[in-house]
Amino acid sequence: MADPSSWNSQNMSDKSAVIDLGELENEPDIDAAAEPGPTSKKSFGDDMRQRLTGNVTEMLWNSGKTQAKKAWSLYGNIDILRPYFDVEPHEVRQRLLFSLLPQKPSDQKQRVPRELYGPLMVVFTMIALLLFQMKTAEHKVEEGTLMGTAFGVCFTYWIGGAVFVWVLSYISNVHIALLQIMSMMGYGLFGPCIVLFLSTIIHTSHDHLFFYSMWAIFGGLSSLRMISIILSRTQGQSQRLLVCGVLAALHLLFLIYLHFAYHQIVEELSEVFDSKPVVQQPEAKLDDIPATKIAESVKSVVEHAQNIVKRAVNDTLVVTRLGTNNTHAVQA
Amino acid sequence: MMSPLEGDISAPGLKTDDDEFNTLDEPVKDTILRDLKAVGIKFWHVLYPKQSKTLLKEWDLWGPLVLCVFMAMMLEGSHGESDKVSDGGPQFAEVFVIYWVGAMVVTLNTKLLGGNISFFQSICVLGYCVCPLTVSLIICRLILIAQQTTPLFVIRFIVVVVAFAWSTFASTAFLAESQPSKKKALAVYPIFLFYFVISWLIISHT
Repeated sequence: MADPSSWNSQNMSDKSAVIDLGELENEPDIDAAAEPGPTSKKSFGDDMRQRLTGNVTEMLWNSGKTQAKKAWSLYGNIDILRPYFDVEPHEVRQRLLFSLLPQKPSDQKQRVPRELYGPLMVVFTMIALLLFQMKTAEHKVEEGTLMGTAFGVCFTYWIGGAVFVWVLSYISNVHIALLQIMSMMGYGLFGPCIVLFLSTIIHTSHDHLFFYSMWAIFGGLSSLRMISIILSRTQGQSQRLLVCGVLAALHLLFLIYLHFAYHQIVEELSEVFDSKPVVQQPEAKLDDIPATKIAESVKSVVEHAQNIVKRAVNDTLVVTRLGTNNTHAVQA
Repeated sequence: MMSPLEGDISAPGLKTDDDEFNTLDEPVKDTILRDLKAVGIKFWHVLYPKQSKTLLKEWDLWGPLVLCVFMAMMLEGSHGESDKVSDGGPQFAEVFVIYWVGAMVVTLNTKLLGGNISFFQSICVLGYCVCPLTVSLIICRLILIAQQTTPLFVIRFIVVVVAFAWSTFASTAFLAESQPSKKKALAVYPIFLFYFVISWLIISHT
């Protein structure tokens, strides 16, 4: 880890800084004793500059060193994370299944695994499903990529939601660790994954009934599961209500958001605009339109104009005739 | 505490029998051709996957880089009048990031599961195993030249699915050895997802 060369160079830089300081401290005294006046000012400026240079160099060196250390330790830290990835396929399968099976609340604490492999894979699956959904809905993103959006949404929900629930559970004295919450919420996303997959595959554009029933079944089951875990680990009633309410609301609203934000809104808007695409497509150029079409439309416009003119002429004729009739009558 | 003294002593100017590693005297053309051949052999290993250590032992990142740049260029979506709104096609950088970050995530996962493989070996294998998908991309682009009909879409779909299965199979064949036998399924799933996203990019590109 500790590179000998870097160590040496660091020592050297330290040493040089010390020497500088010594010089700086000694010089002004001599100068001041020998000849006070403008020269001492000048040397003082020089000292300041030297000291500043030394300090800045040291600061830069130190910050660079810490950054390099951080980057290195990030790779070294893999060993710290390894215990959380120590699972076997059948365990993951079981946990995925149990994330949809809420247990009856009892006095016994329900076990929550401290494991990150399953949650991470569920989140990645969700990202892939979101990409799939966005593509089929022809969702368009301004100043960004579909991939980035999907990544951002999923990881923000997972990590941000877990931290938020953790803060709440800390306040409400729930016996659960952050890693357990992350694991629980990650596995909880399995239900939404199923809903997203089914609602993308079975495409009912004008009827939300299917989605809502799926949402109620799978979303409801997975949130019930999480609620049952929290219930078994909390004491007070109001605390239970607070944490469970927030958790369930977060979970269910997130699923609705995912469905409507990237799927239905585009369709509904296009319905409103009478099958006009939401995002303006480049206007058709004149060259693209066939000549016969242009001729037809020009012809129809001309005919329309002719009709208007004819009617106007007829009207004026009638009016003038009436007028002349009237005058005749008056004269008579 | 005597240890046997072994090793080759090479000095400049001395004639060695080991011609392969003496690249100073040979023409540049030979060097480049040899490297290209090495990359080509690896491509062949991927297209005809059997238990082989070539990809793992002599890893390089040239092949993945070439494949990645090629795919990114082919998949790049065209931009409309307004530059801010893309037509939904992936941008060059997007494909690039998916390719490398995806490979890194899969590799990290392999390491976390206790896999016995170095970081770049895994990235090399994952990168080279995109080769079948690249082939399918070329076929799809050729099909896309013609007027699009449903049978043509079906053909495209089948080609991409076959390439996807091929990629997953090839990478599993190379990487499975390094995994503890119990956890193979866990290591294969992210690989599957990675190639699934790439093949989805290919099939949705019109």
